[in-house]
Amino acid sequence: MPFIESTALDGQTYDVIVVGSGAGGGQTAYTLTLDGVRVLMLEAGRKYDPAIETPMFQTPDLAPLRSDSTPDKPFGFYDATIDGGWEVPGEPYVQSRTDAPGRFDWWRARMLGGRTNHWGRISLRNGPYDFKPRSRDGLGFDWPISYEEMAPYYDKVEMLIGVYGANDGLENTPNSSPGCLLPPPKPLVSDLLIADRSRKLGIPVIAGHRAVLTQPLDWKTIPAKLHPGNPSAQQILADAMKRRAACLWATPCGRGCSVSANYQSITVHLPPALASGKLDIVTDAMVHEITLDKAGRATGVNFVDKKSGQQRHAAARVVVLAASACESARILLNSKSSSFPNGLANSSGKVGKYLMDTVGSGVDGQIPLLEDLPPHNEDGASGLHMYTPWWLYKEASKLGFARGYHIEFGGGRGMPDVDTGAGLEWLTGGSYGQKFKEDVRRYYGSFVYFSGRGEMIPNERSYCEIDPVVKDKWGIPVLRFHWEWSEHETRQAAHMQKTFAQIIEAMGGRVRGGVEKDGAKAIHTGGSIIHEVGGAIMGADAKSSVTNKWCQTWDVANLFITDGAPFPSNADKNPTLTIMANAWRVADHILTRLRRKEI
Amino acid sequence: MDRRTTIKWMLAVAAATQGIKLPARALGGASVGASDAVTVTHGYGTDPKLTQTYKPGDLWPLTFNSQQRSTAKVLCDLIIPADASSPSASDVGVVDFLDEWISAPYEQQRSDRTVVLEGLAWLDREVAKRHGAGKSFITLSHAKQTAICDDICFVDKAQPTFVGAAKFFARYRDLTAGGFYTTPQGRKDVRYVGNVPLPRFDGPPLEVLKKVGLA
Repeated sequence: MPFIESTALDGQTYDVIVVGSGAGGGQTAYTLTLDGVRVLMLEAGRKYDPAIETPMFQTPDLAPLRSDSTPDKPFGFYDATIDGGWEVPGEPYVQSRTDAPGRFDWWRARMLGGRTNHWGRISLRNGPYDFKPRSRDGLGFDWPISYEEMAPYYDKVEMLIGVYGANDGLENTPNSSPGCLLPPPKPLVSDLLIADRSRKLGIPVIAGHRAVLTQPLDWKTIPAKLHPGNPSAQQILADAMKRRAACLWATPCGRGCSVSANYQSITVHLPPALASGKLDIVTDAMVHEITLDKAGRATGVNFVDKKSGQQRHAAARVVVLAASACESARILLNSKSSSFPNGLANSSGKVGKYLMDTVGSGVDGQIPLLEDLPPHNEDGASGLHMYTPWWLYKEASKLGFARGYHIEFGGGRGMPDVDTGAGLEWLTGGSYGQKFKEDVRRYYGSFVYFSGRGEMIPNERSYCEIDPVVKDKWGIPVLRFHWEWSEHETRQAAHMQKTFAQIIEAMGGRVRGGVEKDGAKAIHTGGSIIHEVGGAIMGADAKSSVTNKWCQTWDVANLFITDGAPFPSNADKNPTLTIMANAWRVADHILTRLRRKEI
Repeated sequence: MDRRTTIKWMLAVAAATQGIKLPARALGGASVGASDAVTVTHGYGTDPKLTQTYKPGDLWPLTFNSQQRSTAKVLCDLIIPADASSPSASDVGVVDFLDEWISAPYEQQRSDRTVVLEGLAWLDREVAKRHGAGKSFITLSHAKQTAICDDICFVDKAQPTFVGAAKFFARYRDLTAGGFYTTPQGRKDVRYVGNVPLPRFDGPPLEVLKKVGLA
């Protein structure tokens, strides 16, 4: 009986409680349960079944407002996110500033699997430099671990979830071990044109890396590599891998996937964990406090059962937070006691500090060469087939900003949406009637976009704390955010704008709407890229960090964090793959310590 | 998926709160009557059923009266008329879509509601001014209708007195196109051939690569 009601917890003590069911929580529960550890997973959102709830192949005309974005569904009607967005009814948060440069907007997804249901599936490894940024340029913080320590876990995660890509051997863009990656999809014509013109400007373009199955997983050999000496885990994983279909080359990944061809925690991590018989899940469980015994050890968590409104307690030998960076910080800060008046695991005063998002800025263009192309299917894998990794490591001292960005780009004849044919006056001179129809045919498929995704350096002015007044609808105190970009980020955004315009012009195209030279205006608002990490950073000592290298809090020995909160930096590699690799590494450590009865 | 949709939404919200919404005077002084007030209602919420089919009117009450509806139909067919390749906008339900859109309880749509209802009313006032009281836009000849459209079809070239109406026309054209190209007939019109499962993905055919000079 893996999905249980909160009332069934009375009198039970689990080995480990995992708070959250997304990338971090899913990987933690997977690793622990397949090695026999009894885990309780608590998820704040509702149960969700992608096999029957995913709108595969639905077209916009079947949806309200032709499936366009609304505040209820910020990524469009068909986006997989349930009860989520930058605003969640009944779950407010406070912003110390609301102007664009000083604002942080907090995305949440209250559902089983969390934001892994809708994410872009872009799966890039941090490179060796990304673990030691302070050693390289004196800014921010080093990780207390190296790339070499993380690399085996990147290999494992890529094999487990299925990631397409290629090994290009570029600087700080690591290769995977042989047999880890699936073949990348064939590039679109816009990819090939962008690659050709970018390379002439000295900008590399290589295969994208995404968690999408371009072919079935090798269920005959991978399970033995991932679980040596554990035949039961191998069998469970082989069965789970067999049930995942390869990509159908249609219908966007952001809707989720009813045939499990892409990674979602709920279709990849949770089925084998449940099949082990070692995982219980309670959904609609809003965790707000960690409970302690007199010796200062965690005994479990208090949560609100959202279905009944009742307060509940769950007990375990070990507590792992994977509630998302800010939510985990919120739980720690709300776990106040006479021993911990400033919140739990906060003797350093660093809980909530050093929040980071990704630097984002974009430019669109229209490319005459791509007009009136013969019709052909360009749905592909519904995301990056190719991308540009950061290429200017050697130039860093001349750029005026310290860290890099990668470029996500795209174009093509995708499914027409409510904006197809909109805003064309700059090309058409305001045509209507027969001429307008001809113009739309001509320009459809001729647009390309470039989105920069860059590294933000942690700073003292970007953090969250508990608001003294505001509470959510269950009476739980909420977060108040403070946010500020430094010139390292805004200058990077201006560099993105200039670079993307150069590429568009090199393609013979025209930039839409002009290039923003002021980086402070070009940069997207904090939180809008939804890559927030930090808030409980790991480090080498208890004064300057919240956890040690095992993401074990310095103050409470049986309390761990496996989401993005322990990240001491936020490389331009998008955090999800690293969250999973790190969660596997930490879960392995928890296994060892549990076996030795040290926790 | 990429982040463009979301960024666009965020920009739209920002724009709406920064006063892009057209004030009544921008269109010549008419005000929206009491019958045009939005019925207070909620959107579809954060957990709508995604595999269901929805039609205009299912989720919130619609707005157009018969005069507005007739004017809306004529105008959207002036923007997207039938031709040899595809039907007109109104043939594929764009008027119903426009009504659904301007009746929705979200900020962007509420803003568009003002723009569209004011704009439709402006058309009839402009007709009365040009052709005498008693005339309305839908009773004009095609040539007289297009004469008005020609004056308001491009904000950048519109005479100062027509700038407000031109902003309405731009938004109306965007919405009409959005309604049209999201239908099966609209997808066919631009020769979109995806959204079908494939055994493998082959990338662009050779003729495409040749056309762009990459083969």
